[in-house]
Amino acid sequence: MLDQRSKFLRRLVLEMVEVGGRGHIGSAMSLIEILRVLYDSFLHYRSEQPDWSNRDRFILSKGHGCLALYSILADKGFIERSELRRFCLPNSILGGHPERDKVPGVEASTGALGHGLPIGVGMALSAKIRKQIHRIVVVTGDGEINEGSVWEAAMSAAKHRLNNLSVFVDYNKLQSYGPVKEVLELEPLVDKWRCFGFEVQEVDGHDIQALKNMIVKLPFKSDRPSAVICHTIKGKGFPFAENNPKWHHKSGLVEADLQALYDCLEY
Amino acid sequence: MRKTSLNCIYELSIKDERVLFIGSDLGPGVLDEMKQRFPDRFFMEGVSEQHIIGMAAGLAMEGFIPYVNTIATFLTRRCFEQVALDLCLHDLPVRLIANGGGVVYAPLGPTHLAIEDFAIFRSLPNMTIVAPCDADEMKRLMSKSLEWPHPMYIRLGKGGDAIVSREELGFEIGKGLLLKAPGEGLYITTGVMAQRALEASKQLGSEGVICGVLHMPTVKPLDNVILSEWIPSVKGVVTVEEHTRIGGLGSAVLEFCSDEMPEHTSKIKRVGFPDKFPDQYGNQDSLLDHMNVSIETICEQMRSCLKR
Repeated sequence: MLDQRSKFLRRLVLEMVEVGGRGHIGSAMSLIEILRVLYDSFLHYRSEQPDWSNRDRFILSKGHGCLALYSILADKGFIERSELRRFCLPNSILGGHPERDKVPGVEASTGALGHGLPIGVGMALSAKIRKQIHRIVVVTGDGEINEGSVWEAAMSAAKHRLNNLSVFVDYNKLQSYGPVKEVLELEPLVDKWRCFGFEVQEVDGHDIQALKNMIVKLPFKSDRPSAVICHTIKGKGFPFAENNPKWHHKSGLVEADLQALYDCLEY
Repeated sequence: MRKTSLNCIYELSIKDERVLFIGSDLGPGVLDEMKQRFPDRFFMEGVSEQHIIGMAAGLAMEGFIPYVNTIATFLTRRCFEQVALDLCLHDLPVRLIANGGGVVYAPLGPTHLAIEDFAIFRSLPNMTIVAPCDADEMKRLMSKSLEWPHPMYIRLGKGGDAIVSREELGFEIGKGLLLKAPGEGLYITTGVMAQRALEASKQLGSEGVICGVLHMPTVKPLDNVILSEWIPSVKGVVTVEEHTRIGGLGSAVLEFCSDEMPEHTSKIKRVGFPDKFPDQYGNQDSLLDHMNVSIETICEQMRSCLKR
């Protein structure tokens, strides 16, 4: 069962979906609890000063999950809540993928997949060179890590022993076409990251307490980067969308669809 | 030219602690001195161009000025999306030092040639493209590269190219340089084609045909001012580039003329490679000749342009 805060963050997503009539809803729903715990309990930031130099850097590499990111950024005051109601309008700052120079709190423009981890490695190296203590967190999708660039970056992160870098994989087991295991099998996923030089842990990506217990242990080891495999459910919170690839990206939503979505979030 | 550019990076890194170097899998000993002196600003990251560009972007977002070096074609074809999004969309001051521009690597075949690099990168907003003609000009460029606020692609020649640039002409990114004043014809060149155009101009001079050479080390942004100054003053213009005729310097000059002074477009001819992959090996000079960029062709196109 989702608690009130998880439902509230999902309602913010629906406010955007209502305006845009579309969005990567399923892809965002698997992320909500991961982002909630990161922003509530892990990342250091000043929402009124998004470029504060000592902030932790957060990159949503699966940029199509931006509905979840915008939701938490509005909740934390990086952006006005009223901006959510302008999602994807021509002059909105909030598009279907997040942009660094438009949205306060967005570190990198993402959307094309496999870009976030290399950028995160660069940021983590910068912190090492300058002896800064802030941390870098990159969230990837599971389909996203089909991209070779992710594994190039993983090798580099391990080579440089970037213990200030953590990768969270939103492992909802579904990519756009269908099940990950049918499109391009990732298993054994924990072993893969381990072999690439990461210290790895698995967690239920919707269990708030489990996520909190896990993140306090970051970095898992002092001589290497960390990877957190988050087992999640695509479309989480909306039973008809859960594990349904048709909700990876949904467009043409009508009033009845929106009502059905809101009905799932009754407190 | 390559040696000069690498030496310059080391010198810049001494002067400015924002400067760092990222190579892919270069030859042994590259920038050893820098590696010894500034180990935390020297990176050799392996054959992983997509990652390297993203990593350079991350470092640049934090205020560093990364100089990335590998073979030209691997910087343009291999990691185009990373250059487009990580560097250009974010408009970051990363420098791409591209070994073996054009057909420098002729003996290695078409996988190693960069004959469409200008076309690829000209299409990207915020990208700057520079192709110096010799090591002296490379030095002048590198000293200016530090404060340029945008991503920059720097195409290197083979090395040992005849010095034809002149210090007194100065060097600014985005500015063309008149190496030889025109008579009735004008060559417009970039990179080491300046040397070929100067030679063609000399040969034509002996026939009584006087042609100038306008060298455009910066292909993008194009120096529209100098083009506006010189193109109208001559009867014929021939662009010369070590690049496919599609989308490079010649295209850029024609596009500019078509937009800004269409009455002059018909007097422009382009020398460059035909639309095909190079099908011979040999060396840079022999492949240039084979691919229609011989001095003879350069002369002939000017004669035809001037109806001589």
